[in-house]
Amino acid sequence: MSILVNKDTKVLVQGLTGKTGTFHTEQALAYYGTKMVGGTHPKKGGESWSSGVDGTQLPIFTTVAEGKERTGANASVIYVPPPGAAAAIEEAIDAEIPLIVCITEGVPVLDMVRVKAKLAKSKSRLIGPNCPGVLTPEECKIGIMPGSIFSKGSVGIVSRSGTLTYEAVFQTTNEGLGQTTAVGIGGDPVKGTEFIDMLEMFLADEATKSIIMIGEIGGSAEEEAAQFLIDEAKKGRKKPMAGFIAGLTAPAGRTMGHAGAVISGGKGGAEDKIAAMEAAGIRVSKSPARIGRTLAEVLKG
Amino acid sequence: MNIHEHQAKELLKSYGAPVAAGVAIFSADEAEAAARQLPGPLYVVKSQIHAGGRGKGKFRELGPDAKGGVRLAKTIDEVVAFSKEMLGNTLVTKQTGDAGKQVNRLYIEDGADIARELYCSLLVDRSTGRVSFVVSTEGGMDIEAVAHDTPEKIIAVDIDPTTGVTEANVSEIVTALKLDGDAKADAAKLFPILYKAFTETDMSLLEVNPLIVMTDGHLRVLDAKVSFDNNAAFRHEELKTLRDLSEEDAKEIEASKFDLAYVALDGNIGCMVNGAGLAMSTMDIIKFYGAEPANFLDVGGGASKEKVTAAFKIITADPAVKGILVNIFGGIMRCDVIAEGVIAAVKEVGLQVPLVVRLEGTNVKEGKAILDQSGLNVISADDLDDAAQKIVTAVKSAA
Repeated sequence: MSILVNKDTKVLVQGLTGKTGTFHTEQALAYYGTKMVGGTHPKKGGESWSSGVDGTQLPIFTTVAEGKERTGANASVIYVPPPGAAAAIEEAIDAEIPLIVCITEGVPVLDMVRVKAKLAKSKSRLIGPNCPGVLTPEECKIGIMPGSIFSKGSVGIVSRSGTLTYEAVFQTTNEGLGQTTAVGIGGDPVKGTEFIDMLEMFLADEATKSIIMIGEIGGSAEEEAAQFLIDEAKKGRKKPMAGFIAGLTAPAGRTMGHAGAVISGGKGGAEDKIAAMEAAGIRVSKSPARIGRTLAEVLKG
Repeated sequence: MNIHEHQAKELLKSYGAPVAAGVAIFSADEAEAAARQLPGPLYVVKSQIHAGGRGKGKFRELGPDAKGGVRLAKTIDEVVAFSKEMLGNTLVTKQTGDAGKQVNRLYIEDGADIARELYCSLLVDRSTGRVSFVVSTEGGMDIEAVAHDTPEKIIAVDIDPTTGVTEANVSEIVTALKLDGDAKADAAKLFPILYKAFTETDMSLLEVNPLIVMTDGHLRVLDAKVSFDNNAAFRHEELKTLRDLSEEDAKEIEASKFDLAYVALDGNIGCMVNGAGLAMSTMDIIKFYGAEPANFLDVGGGASKEKVTAAFKIITADPAVKGILVNIFGGIMRCDVIAEGVIAAVKEVGLQVPLVVRLEGTNVKEGKAILDQSGLNVISADDLDDAAQKIVTAVKSAA
């Protein structure tokens, strides 16, 4: 079992014909034959895309709706540059794609405010933007995570940061635990999916025996997730967890790379987040190099 | 991107918001002419720097008894005298840090008769994913202190992006700010104007503190602070002229040319990392082992050799840097590209300080081999813990 994606997920690529879309589609096809079913381009409908690696051909459709109709796609991944990214998400929502993953970094925040309002009235789930994607080992890779560091196993991983997701994946692989699914929810202030939704899915997934949650400074999503975990634990739903928070030493008022990583108005600091997570029973690693080890220690009891 | 108060007010005025008449000056010679354009008899001389707390700030060169960065003048002669005293000197406020900021421009403004001082800001609320008005009757002071001591005095009103500011929203804000008469009538226009300015120019923050009710009963924007969303800069060519490079760190300007996320810090260990979360963690772990990072630097996901070289040069150009830590977890970023970029930079600018490199992920073997065969004095590390300890030790033993 896994969450969000598995071997039956059929993925349409919005922005397939660009350099980034091409490279990552080649990588996804090479990863246990992830079912990439086609791409979209407003002017290149009817043409086809071919992989530079092995010549695999994929059809290009003019619209997402047409691509979904013709291929049965139930997910889309977006590699469209920032000026067109929000419109690409909206097109996928209109086509009722169940899972939309937006990798694009640098989407204007007010575009995401508009998208979020539309998303609330839709049947779609959006992961991202500004995220590395979703990967279920040996089944499906959507996005830009390196497949080579994964191994099939029992840890569910959810993170606001891309490279720290890789650290957690690599370390749990080295500990012999492996992963059910890893989800990068993205580093922007307004995004499609927050921690809580992913934690809910991991709690419900039988194959997921433990969970790693990686947050960073800015906002209060980690605190809200901690409260959710406390409430669920009262209902008897609880899994062993380890965590990490980036930005303990970040200065207030400065945006640290991610648009969402900023301590403002005295809120969003790392210490409050660590305290909230520990209060919810998550063992928070002091070092980003010891996230996997910390979880292994929790599991040993 | 942040802009100056006088620029923010001009922008709001163009949308129809009530602001006082004022003139920006860059030298004291312009002070008299500027003041003569205003009606008097009260003038306000305001330092224009990208930091708050100006009124209570002190000029380093003038001593502790001198007046602050925002001054009330009762005559034109006084405006001129203040301008001479303030321009070119260094204003130190709660937000500038000890280094302070040089005042290169002043805003000479018509004085106002204030009955009440209110607070109003617009921002994007992450938890609702909407633009939100944050208002309080406690204006003119440090809003963080108000939020801490009397949170009930701060009211947030979320705006539905599909409707914009509704009459019900305005009525909620009017009640929260206890407005009546002319002020209430002004509010019906002002709050939709502020929302329009915010959304049309892609602001990330608009803070009016204080928003005042004047003795004649009308509202006026007395101070304004605006930040724009850098991600939306591509659709706002018209705002580019508002950028003041003298307010920014020279290294950060250089980094922005190469699309590198760089933040200058006070320590002595330079860092080059891929990914914002990992870059922050690298800073954290350096501090954990007893040293201080000189910078935050995220080279991004798909950096080229040229970008890595540029990043390395920016780090080594900082005289405070006594050691460098390169920490890369290559997913898309290939470790061999990083290694080549580092070597190219070292060949160009030399290497006078210890360099620790931790590589992991895609093409890690090729990357390590390139560094090993380069003949450079590179200290190799296995993981982030190991890397941080090695660079901290190397810098301390060199000192």
